[in-house]
Order: sequence, then C-alpha cells, then structure tokens
Amino acid sequence: MRRLSGPGCNDMVIRGYRTLIIAGLLIAIGSFIFIYKSQVLGFPVQPDAETEVWTVEVTVSFDAGPGPIKANLYIPGLTPGFAILEENYLSRGFGYTPAYVDGGRQVQWTRRRARGVQTLYYRAVIYKDPSVIESDTTPPFPDSPNMRGPLRTAMDVLLEDVGAKSADPSSFTVELLKRLSRPDTDQNVEMLVGADPSPADIARTATKLLAAARIPARTIRGIYLQDQQRRASVVPWLEIHDGTNWLYFNPVTGEEGLPDNFLQWWTGDDPLFKMDGGRDAEVRFSVKGGSMSPVEVAQRRSDDKESLIGKISLFSLPIQTQAVYSVLLLIPIGALIVVLLRNVVGIQTFGTFMPVLIALSFRETQVLWGLLWFTSLVALGLTFRFYLDRLRLLLVPRLSAVLIIVVIIMVIMSVVSHELGFESGLSVALFPMVILAMTIERMSVVWEERGSRDAMQQGAGSLFVATVCYAFMDLDIARHLIFVFPELLLLVLAAVLLAGRYTGYRLTELYRFRELRRGDG
Amino acid sequence: MLRWGRALRDNGVLGLNERNAQIIQRVNPRRLYPLVDDKLRTKRLAMGAGISVPELYGVIQSQHDVRSWTDITATQNDFVIKPAHGTGGDGILVVSGRSARQGTYQLIDGSMISEEGIRHHVSNIISGQYSFVGSRDTAMIEYRVATDPFFSAVTYQGVPDVRVLVYQGYPVMAMVRLPTRRSRGKANLHQGAVGSGVELASGRTMSGVLGNDVIHDHPDTGEAIGGLIIPMWSRFLSLAARCYELTGLGYLGVDIVLDRTKGPLILELNARPGLNIQIANKIGLKSRLAQVDTWATDNNAEEKVAIVCETFAT
Repeated sequence: MRRLSGPGCNDMVIRGYRTLIIAGLLIAIGSFIFIYKSQVLGFPVQPDAETEVWTVEVTVSFDAGPGPIKANLYIPGLTPGFAILEENYLSRGFGYTPAYVDGGRQVQWTRRRARGVQTLYYRAVIYKDPSVIESDTTPPFPDSPNMRGPLRTAMDVLLEDVGAKSADPSSFTVELLKRLSRPDTDQNVEMLVGADPSPADIARTATKLLAAARIPARTIRGIYLQDQQRRASVVPWLEIHDGTNWLYFNPVTGEEGLPDNFLQWWTGDDPLFKMDGGRDAEVRFSVKGGSMSPVEVAQRRSDDKESLIGKISLFSLPIQTQAVYSVLLLIPIGALIVVLLRNVVGIQTFGTFMPVLIALSFRETQVLWGLLWFTSLVALGLTFRFYLDRLRLLLVPRLSAVLIIVVIIMVIMSVVSHELGFESGLSVALFPMVILAMTIERMSVVWEERGSRDAMQQGAGSLFVATVCYAFMDLDIARHLIFVFPELLLLVLAAVLLAGRYTGYRLTELYRFRELRRGDG
Repeated sequence: MLRWGRALRDNGVLGLNERNAQIIQRVNPRRLYPLVDDKLRTKRLAMGAGISVPELYGVIQSQHDVRSWTDITATQNDFVIKPAHGTGGDGILVVSGRSARQGTYQLIDGSMISEEGIRHHVSNIISGQYSFVGSRDTAMIEYRVATDPFFSAVTYQGVPDVRVLVYQGYPVMAMVRLPTRRSRGKANLHQGAVGSGVELASGRTMSGVLGNDVIHDHPDTGEAIGGLIIPMWSRFLSLAARCYELTGLGYLGVDIVLDRTKGPLILELNARPGLNIQIANKIGLKSRLAQVDTWATDNNAEEKVAIVCETFAT
C-alpha cells in the first residue's frame, strides 16, 4: 500500500495519535469508574438480579420501674457473610447510643423516667455480603479454668480421652462436642454439663474445657434468617481458633461450619438484654425476608461509604427525570451505531440521526408494527406531499401542511386501529412527527430530483439503520448498563472518536468499486 | 471481504472515509468552501479572473422579486434556472424554448411548463428547498449551454460535461459524463448517466461505465463511447488547473461543458468531488495523489498541466 506523503502528513499522524490518546484516556476513566462501581460499590452489572434482604426486628418490652431506666441490647456488630444495609432504633422518649463493647455491639437506651409498659425496637436490614469475614485477630491462649475436686478430675479424664481420639483443635472440638451432647453415656460428662444440657450449656462448657486444652474458644449467638419468622430464637454456636482461623461448630451435632443463613448477633455468655430500672423484660426477634433492587443496595452502601463516585448517580434524581434519562441515555448508543453503519458499512439514510429517533419510537410500538406504521405514514404523507406540490405553495407553509397532515394521519390511524381492535395503532402517536414531516419533504425532493429508486433506497436504509439501532437500544443489558453506569458514555464517546479516524473502505465500497478490484486496474 | 478490501487497496482505490479524513480535511480549508458552494460567487470569481463561464442573465434573491424572472429572460429564448447553493444538480431547470402557446415554456425533456410553474420553482429555490444548508438561497438564471455537436452522438438530451479532478492544482484524472434516457438528461453517474474516463494527455475517451458495468456503446444512441478525442482538450485542462489558483482548494472537482460557439465553459466547482471518476477510469486515485504530493506546488497552471500530461499519459 502506498501512503500519501508530503507536507500535511505529519499533521495527520499527530492528529491520529492525539485521537488515540484522548480515546485511551476516555476508556481508562470510564472503565475505572465502571470497575470501581461494580466491584467495590457492588452496583450490579446484570439487569434485574434481585438481592435478598432480611428485615430483622428486635422488640423489647418491659414494665418501667420508678427510677431512671438504662437498657442494654446486643445488636449485630461482626456478622460474617452479611452486611447491614440500614438500621434504626425506634424508642419514643428514650435516648440511645450504639457502642462497641465486649462481645460485639450494644445499643444503650436511657430514660430518666417512664411509666407503664415500654417497648423498644431495633430494626436492621441485612443482606448477604461474602466480603464480610470474621476478624482474623489471633486471640491469646486462654487461662485454664479454675476447677477443683471431682469436677477437675472429670475434666482431666474427659480431655485426656478426647485428646487421644483427635489430631488437631478441629477434630478435638468435634470429639468433645460429641461427648458433651450425650451426657447419659458418661458420668464425667454428666457431672460437667448436667443431665439435660441445652445447646447453650454445651457451648459454655465446651468453651471452658477447650480453654483447659489451650484452645481459644467462645460462644457466639445468632439467629437463622428465614423468610417470615414471627419469633426467631437465638441459637448458640461454638467458635474456636485453631491458630490461624476461626472455625465454627454446631454445639449439638459437632458439625463444622456456619450455616448459610446464620446471622451472628453477639459473642460470649452475656445475656442479649440487660436492664436497670425495669422488670418483666421480654425480647422478641422477628425476621422478614424480601428482595431489593441491587442498585438500591449499592446506592445505600455507597452513601455509607461516602463515596463520591457512588453519589454521582442518576438514581439520586427525581423519578420522572430518571425516566427521561433512561430514554435519553440510549441515544448515544444509537448514535454510535449510526456512525458505524454510515462510515464503516456505508448505508445511506435520510438525516443523520433520524433513524435513532425512529428507533426510540420503535421501543413503544414494537419493531414490526413500528415498521408498518412508519412505512404507511410516510407513504401517505408522500402522496399528500406530491399533491401539495401542485398547489405551488411556498416552502415553509408546505412543510407545515405536511406536518399537519402527518398529525391528522396519526390521529386517524390511532382511532381506526383502536376501533378495529389493534391496540398497537395507539402507539403511532409516539412517532416524532416533526422528524417524519422533514423526512417526507426530503424524500420527496430526492424522489423528484434523483428518482424513486434513490428515494426508496435511502428510505429503506434509514429503516434498516433504525431497526439495528432499536435492536441494540432495546437490549436489557444495554439499557441497564448505560443507566446504572452512565460513565460508559465515555467509552461510547471513545468508540465514536476512533470510528472518526477510520479511513478504510466502507463495506458498500467493496461492492461499489468491484470493477477496480481485479488485476492492476 | 478482507481480500476484496486488499485488492482495492493494492489498486490504490480511494475510499470515501479516506477522502474525507485525509484529503479533504487536509487540503480543503473550510473557510474556502463558500467560494465554490455559492455558485454565484464562483461565477463572479471566475469572471474576474477571465475564466469563461456561462453568461449570467440575472439573479433573484427574494420572494418579492420572483416575478422578475420574466424580465430577466425577456430577450432569451432558452435559459437555465438553478439554485446558487444546490448540490448534485438538484433544482436545475433547463428551459429549451418558448412554446407556441402564450405563457408556456418547453423543458429540455420535452415537457411543458407554465409561467406559474417556473415562478413556483424559483420560489422553491429561494426558500432553500435545494440548498444543502437548508436556508434561504438565491436563484440564478443563466445562459443555456448549447452542446457541441461533437457530443451529440453519445448524448441523450441534456448537456454532457467533463469532470476534471484537480489535486493541488494538478489535473489528476478526468471523465466525461454523458446523459442517458435513464438519467433524464442529467449528467450524474449516480442517476444513470454514462461515465467515461478521459486520457489526460490526449483527451481520448475510454470505454464507458454505466452504473457499475463496463459498456462500449451509448445505451440510447448506440454510438461507440470510447476512442473519441475531445476537441480543445488542452483548454479543458488549463481551465481546470486555473480553478485551483482561483479558489485555493487542494482537492477540487471542476465541471466543464463544451459549448458549440463559446468552447469550454466552467459550469461549477465542487469541493467534495465524488469517487466515481475512479470507476470511469478503471484506476485508483491514490498513486496519482501520492505522486503529486512529491511535486512542487508553486508551478503555474500551464506548467502543472505540462507535467501532468507527461506523467499521467493515460
């Protein structure tokens, strides 16, 4: 291939590089924001995926005493596998302060004076987040429990026996739990844990015994997240540290691992709720499952993280404005397709962006009906336009007349098709009528000056481009991505800039110049 | 497909994208466009430089003056009305004579038009119907070229013209465009006119191209298209080359007609000349453009024509 050389050519090369650099920058910025939003802030890349959320509500009711009231309730702090989307404290007349304490997080409600039954609520919206993991701080080796006499003997015998049958902290724990859950088979065990131990008893005793075996352990408490639980109960779980990781055990069965839907609430043996200045406290858990748009989840989360990038989002706009932008943002996609079809493929259209606007109205009419309505509108409009020509009107009045006729045809089409039961006829109203009138005018000029073949060809080209635009603009994934990640517009812009530097042949030119393909010309 | 593209590239065929991005943007400064986009300006410019153009009878610039076309053409039997900002030959009305009936005129395709019809056409032109910028336009009324009999054997109605492609003042390729019945008398290849390459040094026509097919005879008259030697060819070339000095546009299409009595006349200039000329000449443009890029730009028109005739013999 011969290249053009000469004075101007360096300029061209520099301009080429400049375009590349700008396009590269746009792509870099756009992709960075996109990746940050999708990976860090968790904005969903796929449309319509729903995120499961649970609303957990703790209701505390008690009789207020005469004095000041101070009530402490454990609330979720460290929750492996889950994250808190939002939480609120409903407590009329009470002051509240959440704080990190030993064993997790607590909210303290306080009030100088209250009478009668008081109800306090804590509500949290929880969603699954695998990125939240157990803290990996290695706890110190626990002190051996202070036990004497027969208890001490029972413990030593049991630990020795368990130790002999296990290889590492994990298998030691499993073996120990197995024994503790069957106190009827071993007197020593019964002495340590009681005749009919609750899971909490087992976990507490296991923690003590594991401490004697120099294995750090603790009891954690939590609830199962299930849909529609009016009264969820708090379940104890045993957690041990094997030197590198925290491991979880079901204290009753000895099974290792946390169930998927187990939400850790607090750790240790302290009671869930403690209060001064009241009595007859009753604590109730209720869980309600639900789903939420992942966008909303990501949105709220980025609010929490105070992320500027997350804040610049179309979701912060009023809902009507959002609806407008959800359509407008498709236009750049259409424009990119027009650029490709015109400059790379080489299809001729009426008006540069007319096909994009037609494609937008196809979204409402469905593509086949849209094509049908469009073709009949233009055909009828053209007929009238040719007739108007005989009246020898000036240009602007004639254009206006065509516009009015287009509107009249649209009205008639809608009414007639409605009467006949074709509801799709109603959507005719969504065609951009001004664009239609201009198209009819342009088409009639081409028709007269260059013949019907040219006019039809360009008309068909326009409809083809409109259909392709529609196909892309109507993709769920495209609509979703461009709305949730408007920064992708930078990528679209980069693509258009790059297409603007495309100087190769258009596909249609391969055919047009086919005589020049052979031999040496 | 890739192979097709490579074949075109090997033959040095210039594509639209490359023309737009690497030729027109480089050698045709935007500020010079009005010189050729406004045919009235072009005409005045050419007249000022002593380049022959069809005589201008008059212009109509406002709706108010539309009726004055009859005054302008009062002494003329035939004339052409065209928009100053038209493209691709749109909106050109060629009146070939007055009809026997009062107030009626004959058009070149044999049809009749009333005085009122002509007035409406002028009014459309002024409204900007044919203007590519879509704004108000000016109607020009000018001398109707009388086709030299040399071409009449290979022309169906209309006026054939010669398109010379001028690059940096050097004529690099030429073709003659012959109207046919299908093109309805228009010299536009896209509408069905026959195109035929012209050898630059000799002015000899090659076989023709109709649409995308090579033909040897005119489809309507049946006469051979190739092998004709266009009279006064060197004047065609020097006229074309001088248009570069006139406008400063580096990539320029010059449309020249051969009038029976006045010889070659510049009909119009085009700052975005099409690429069909490659098909008519059955050769790609790129190697010639590349060659011109190596030549000096400060030669005068005659020197440039001489260099071209020596180098691009065919």
